[in-house]
Amino acid sequence: MKYLDEFRDPKLAKKIVAAIRNTVTRPWVIMEICGGQTHSIIKNGIDQVLPKEIELVHGPGCPVCVTPLEIIDKAIEIASRPEVIFTSFGDMLRVPGSRKDLFMVKSEGGDVRTVYSPLEAVKIARENPDREVVFFAVGFETTAPGNALAIHQAAQEGLTNFSELVSHVLVPPAMEALLSAPDNRVQGYLAAGHVCTVMGWEEYEPIAKKYKVPIVPTGFEPVDILEGILLVVKQLEEGRYEVENQYLRSVKREGNRPAQKLIKEIFEVTNRKWRGIGEIPSSGLKIRDKYADYDAEHKFDVGDIQTNEAEICISGIILQGLKKPKECPAFGKECSPSHPLGATMVSSEGACAAYFKYQRLQ
Amino acid sequence: MTRPEINFPESLSCPVPIMHHETIQLAHGAGGKLSAELIEKIFLPRFANEQLNKLEDQAILDNPGKRLAFTTDTFVVDPIFFPGGDIGELAINGTVNDLAMSGAEPLYLSVGFILEEGLPIATLHRIAVSMERAAGKAGVAIVTGDTKVVNKGSCDKLFINTSGIGVLPDDVHISAGNLQVGDRIILSGTIADHGMAVLTSREGLSFRSRVSSDTAALNQLVRKMLDTTTDIHALRDPTRGGVATTLNEFARQSKVGIRIYGDRIPVRPEVQGACEVLGIDPLYVANEGKLIAVVPETHAADVLTAMHTDPLGEKAVIIGEVVGDHPGTVAIKTGLGVSRVLDMPVGEQLPRIC
Repeated sequence: MKYLDEFRDPKLAKKIVAAIRNTVTRPWVIMEICGGQTHSIIKNGIDQVLPKEIELVHGPGCPVCVTPLEIIDKAIEIASRPEVIFTSFGDMLRVPGSRKDLFMVKSEGGDVRTVYSPLEAVKIARENPDREVVFFAVGFETTAPGNALAIHQAAQEGLTNFSELVSHVLVPPAMEALLSAPDNRVQGYLAAGHVCTVMGWEEYEPIAKKYKVPIVPTGFEPVDILEGILLVVKQLEEGRYEVENQYLRSVKREGNRPAQKLIKEIFEVTNRKWRGIGEIPSSGLKIRDKYADYDAEHKFDVGDIQTNEAEICISGIILQGLKKPKECPAFGKECSPSHPLGATMVSSEGACAAYFKYQRLQ
Repeated sequence: MTRPEINFPESLSCPVPIMHHETIQLAHGAGGKLSAELIEKIFLPRFANEQLNKLEDQAILDNPGKRLAFTTDTFVVDPIFFPGGDIGELAINGTVNDLAMSGAEPLYLSVGFILEEGLPIATLHRIAVSMERAAGKAGVAIVTGDTKVVNKGSCDKLFINTSGIGVLPDDVHISAGNLQVGDRIILSGTIADHGMAVLTSREGLSFRSRVSSDTAALNQLVRKMLDTTTDIHALRDPTRGGVATTLNEFARQSKVGIRIYGDRIPVRPEVQGACEVLGIDPLYVANEGKLIAVVPETHAADVLTAMHTDPLGEKAVIIGEVVGDHPGTVAIKTGLGVSRVLDMPVGEQLPRIC
């Protein structure tokens, strides 16, 4: 298949591995930002074919994982209301809140529906004028344009029964937070290809300069990821720290300007709590006051919800790349995808879930 | 043994019979005149055979004096019509395949309908026509049946249960517990066609090339394989849970390891594309017209050649082998030459956010 097969070509992949071996002379720690990249690395066994000098650590780029427990509990409370049709992408439904998940709300009679686009939720609102339709707007910069477009469209049509429960997060502030932590180990980044498709890479240039780290916007197939690693290693070995684009077929320096404009029209930057990490200043998006009628938190008074995470879970440390899933005492025992204790096990994109699903032969 | 006589459709266009109502009424399941009308106008003309025509409460079947295979399955697929098939065809093929996977020759089926009040008679007729064709193709007779009607909202359009009986040749002993180290694993064709056809049509996702279900009866393919050798160790059709689940069932039940090669598993480009868009692994997606056979190495080439002569097996490939290492576990080798565990799925596969 075009744009896939050539980036899964084992011969090409092995050539790049050889090039990495020829380039590397000392140990480097590289973080892939995006959960999709983590998934691909573990699924294809990329970490196992790299020279031992290169350590890959897995970043916080899984939107399902970093959505705070409080927001999940709010979603569950809103979805349980009889007047509400609660719509969401599929993988949020299994994420456990403090007491239950959205699947359980559905089995108890709540009207919870999986959609493939926020515009489907707008359509449901149009067709059900007597019901309140709420879309669970979670994600990074990748999903923000679609979620902004849904509000924009609802506003243009004058729909009053559509709103979004927003928990949007932004990648660059999280990268900076990790780099400025006293125990930071990350020396180079594979930036998230799809996030950069929307946002471009201009905003990464000051980070590369300030923290002296190479940043390479990278795709998701084995050849992409290996090439991204090669570009980072070359820079590290040569003492360069620039933004260099691997994902040429998708990412432009300026990104997608109309999408950025739409995000800016509907959302504004806000402080945001990341599950497992805590609050990061200016790391999220919230709906502008002008569109407050489309903000589910404003529309449904769910109040402040207090939650507690499992004490044994080390997902915060894993999300910062300080430990690997298998170093957690609960991994595969108390904590598994069917009974996740924390952020990184809840979604298929989470590092712990990827390690669990694609276990290695002992 | 002689096959039951099958009535093939007189013509390809089967006009909907003229009836008192255009939709199903509760009275159609109440045993009175409307029930009789439904049987006489919709079911009998389609499924007619010696046993069914007697309209007794049971079918009386000859005792073949051999081991029998007996199975049942219930079909609740939504939507009831999907690209490449419908619930009726699926209900026939699914039960025929469950029998065929023991090596049995499927002969007789029962059909139980649960109909939702208000279902258009034309819809039921279309499904009955499709079941007639599927049964004719598979060479099985529907010898007994039942219809119930429930209140609107108590079921989703219609549900179908089919049970089936088949006769087993004396020298065939196929079981998921029979795998031996060194056996070869054969897959009969492309995977994930059915699951992705249903998912994409359910969610109204459209792709330029249409993804179509592979629903088909596999008994004739199995017969060709058994004509080559009766020494087939295991057979299973990888339906719900897909190829990964079936392989794990084999490994666990036989307490052996299985090694497969990821790059040998055929997936149609349009199915692969739909899987990529939705973030779904085709190895976990349902098939309705494929089988996995485990055969001794000495017979693998012959069985494969025989499969290639059947339209349902023309893309059959050896995807791996049974190994002595890691008993109970399936390992898959990636393109980079790394082996990892191919586990059972945790739950339903969910399309991901990004």
